[in-house]
Amino acid sequence: MDQPQRKTSSASPSSLGRSALTYLVLGVAAVFAGIPFFWMVTSALKPPDEILVYPPRWIPSEIRWQNFVEAWNAAPFGVYYLNSLAISSLQTALEILIGVAGAYAFARIKVPGRELIFALVLGTLMIPNDVTLIPNYITLANLGWINTYMGIILPSVASAFSIFLLRQHMLSLPEELFEAAKLDGAHHGQMLRHIAVPLSMPVIVTLALLNFVSSWNAYLWPLIVTNSDAMRTLPIGLKLMRDAEQGDPWHLLMAASTFVVIPIILLFLFCQRFFVQGITAGAVKGG
Amino acid sequence: MESKRGSSNGGHPVNPSPKPSSLSSPKPAAHPMSKHTAQDNLRWFAVLVLPGLLLLAVFTYWPILFTFGVSFTDWNMIRPEKHLVGLKNYQELLTSPVFYQVLGNTLVFAFFTVFIRLGLSLLLAVLLFQNIRFKTFFRTIIFLPFVTSTAVAAIVWLFVLDPYFGVFKVFFDLLGQKSPVWVSDPNWAMPAIIMVAIWKSVGFSTVIYLAALSNINPELQEAARIDGASEWQVFRRITLPLLGPVTLFLVITGIIHTMQSFEIPSIMTQGGPLSATNIYVLHLYELAFQRFRAGYASALACVFFVIILALTLINLHLSKRWVHY
Repeated sequence: MDQPQRKTSSASPSSLGRSALTYLVLGVAAVFAGIPFFWMVTSALKPPDEILVYPPRWIPSEIRWQNFVEAWNAAPFGVYYLNSLAISSLQTALEILIGVAGAYAFARIKVPGRELIFALVLGTLMIPNDVTLIPNYITLANLGWINTYMGIILPSVASAFSIFLLRQHMLSLPEELFEAAKLDGAHHGQMLRHIAVPLSMPVIVTLALLNFVSSWNAYLWPLIVTNSDAMRTLPIGLKLMRDAEQGDPWHLLMAASTFVVIPIILLFLFCQRFFVQGITAGAVKGG
Repeated sequence: MESKRGSSNGGHPVNPSPKPSSLSSPKPAAHPMSKHTAQDNLRWFAVLVLPGLLLLAVFTYWPILFTFGVSFTDWNMIRPEKHLVGLKNYQELLTSPVFYQVLGNTLVFAFFTVFIRLGLSLLLAVLLFQNIRFKTFFRTIIFLPFVTSTAVAAIVWLFVLDPYFGVFKVFFDLLGQKSPVWVSDPNWAMPAIIMVAIWKSVGFSTVIYLAALSNINPELQEAARIDGASEWQVFRRITLPLLGPVTLFLVITGIIHTMQSFEIPSIMTQGGPLSATNIYVLHLYELAFQRFRAGYASALACVFFVIILALTLINLHLSKRWVHY
């Protein structure tokens, strides 16, 4: 039964042609995906007089690290960096904390009306962010939190998506573990800390990474809610640098772009598995 | 101590037995099951759920009510008082040519971005699903734009698409064509931002398709091959129908998500030239935070909410009927 099958799919001319076509298509896709990165990094290293030339110089004649220093000093990037780091970390920590607590309660504590409250949480997934921009700005202004870390972070730390994903996972944990702990006299806080959290670690790490990245890259809300350099994050800083510089000094903009994306790209390259797990869990199961 | 013992009638033998109810409640630990009384559950549930619930109420549910209310006023966000103007904002919106242009732009942007992206990512996923070399390399580089900051992507793409010094000019020269001026040309600005949006997100749907492909039982395809089906027939008749639910999910969530785009046109085109790339959220942002027309912008937001809600409900309804894995 297996024999004829193997013959057709081995080294026949048509399958050779097919695999050549496979590599051709994937190659074109890889060039399309990769070219902005290549262009960004090489331009960031070029002397200024090799930027505006045609045909383009693919490889700089000399590596000019000085671009990074000049770009760093062209705007308060040190402050932006600290802000991005602090805001992304704080936002991630809070979102995970709220997510784990909510998920445990919805998965493991039976109280009347629980399903209704969970539906209310899930309902927020249907509300587009853009509808909340004006009211949240007003709320934060009333609280005096415009242009503060709290103002940037708070509106998005309670995430129905995180609660949902963690709850699905905690529902799948073996019932016997919790029953045994109950018999030993453990209360919910202890079961959350010693059973649910340790066993949910892969999901927590995945969510934390996705959160950190989306917080690092966030643009619209930080743009609205900040109004001074002291509070701005990297993406906003980069945009303002472009607006401020006359005649687009591309070598500096590309150098700044490079140091904005480098931490995320490294994070992604080292933890790719978690990213892929996270987005497929959200779509294939959660959809 | 002495007096307490004395007061309980039974003397020593009775002492370890449960005391009257008023005394037993502070120390339920003596009984293993008593920690999970209904009252105890309720207390833990409240402690764990309330912080999140409160934040969702303040920053997601309240805004809906607020926006809806403000949409019937002429509020300008600066002066404290609001005047009721009835349906005037909605009237202005429905008779404004700009609104229809923005809505049209948004639909064109979402439609082309989502469908081209899906076609590409299906192709890429099927190719990557084979037993090929450099699989991880290809998958990584195709996915990389998805984790990249959109602000950075938009700025880098502006340089890539520069009509005089950008890399893309090289490809047009190879084809013997003149490079378009992209974001400065009303006809090319929309294709430019669509291209960047596809670049940014094609890795996401590719990874989803790859997961869906690996969920398909290979015996189904194998059985068809044994029956003499060609690779194309196997794909067309077996693989593709089984990818139906995930495709539907990607279409609808993709459209919902793409309709809410802001950064790419905001940085690359500012909605121009001649409003050719002015899309919904950009328009909303401009009205609310640059022209401070909070009342009118709220009406705009409410209409948007209804559109997104309708799409979400369609998605929920269809996925209930379709999803069979």
